[in-house]
Amino acid sequence: MSLWEYANPRRFLGLSERLLPGLSVLSLLLLTAGLIWGFFYSPDDYRMGSTVKIIYLHVPSALMAINGWIMMLVASLVWLIRRHHVSALAAKAAAPVGAVMTVIALITGAIWGQPMWGTWWVWDPRLTSFLILFLFYLGYMALWHAVDDPDKAADLTSMLCLVGSVFALLSRYAVNFWNQGLHQGASLSLDKEEHVADVFYVPLVITIGGFVLLFLALVLLRTGTEIRLRRISVLINRGRMT
Amino acid sequence: MPVLGKYAVTVLSAYGLSLLFLVGLVAWSYLRWRGVKAELQRQEDSQDV
Repeated sequence: MSLWEYANPRRFLGLSERLLPGLSVLSLLLLTAGLIWGFFYSPDDYRMGSTVKIIYLHVPSALMAINGWIMMLVASLVWLIRRHHVSALAAKAAAPVGAVMTVIALITGAIWGQPMWGTWWVWDPRLTSFLILFLFYLGYMALWHAVDDPDKAADLTSMLCLVGSVFALLSRYAVNFWNQGLHQGASLSLDKEEHVADVFYVPLVITIGGFVLLFLALVLLRTGTEIRLRRISVLINRGRMT
Repeated sequence: MPVLGKYAVTVLSAYGLSLLFLVGLVAWSYLRWRGVKAELQRQEDSQDV
């Protein structure tokens, strides 16, 4: 069996409706377990106090904001190279989910930054590239709505996605490129100096798992919606012609 | 309830806003999916008639 079989909308809908219940339940379980563990049972940090609990929302949402765009990049490349409509619709479906993840990362970062850094916002390389990534999400969604021809919209948004990928990667690696920023290093890192302490690690990984599955479930659900909307417009046009 | 100390407002507002966005996103996605699915069914039924 080939992955390309799921470029067929009917096959994709069948697969997504089989996967969705399991993904949704597992995502809910992991999110509930990770957040309850993190909020109620993980200790305070000796420097950050109880604000360390924000890590269980900030890190997973930031990860999904960046990886959501990377998923859109892969789907856009599949559209540009192989012209599979489902991949273009999957990229379109992922954009609002990624945008909300970016908003959560920006808001929780600002709320945490106020007492820790003494400011809600600084023009730090990572924060700035993250804000630009959010603007790219908004621009991507606006472009889909602005162009009537769906194939042309898919072409233009795919190109925009390629350009925006620079900022998705920058927001991930900015702390490594520039060391003058205020933002600390990666919470999950092979470098023991940077890596989050073990006591916070397990609930964080569980919550990240929950966010990944939630992202996948929402993208499958929303791609199904986009496929059906495309079918509705075909039926309406066919009705007009007869 | 854990003791959040002087950062209680900070932590609770971060959790409250994040959960609001997440629940809103899930509800919006689900309601839109349900509405579009019903609309497609209506369109297909009307084509069959």
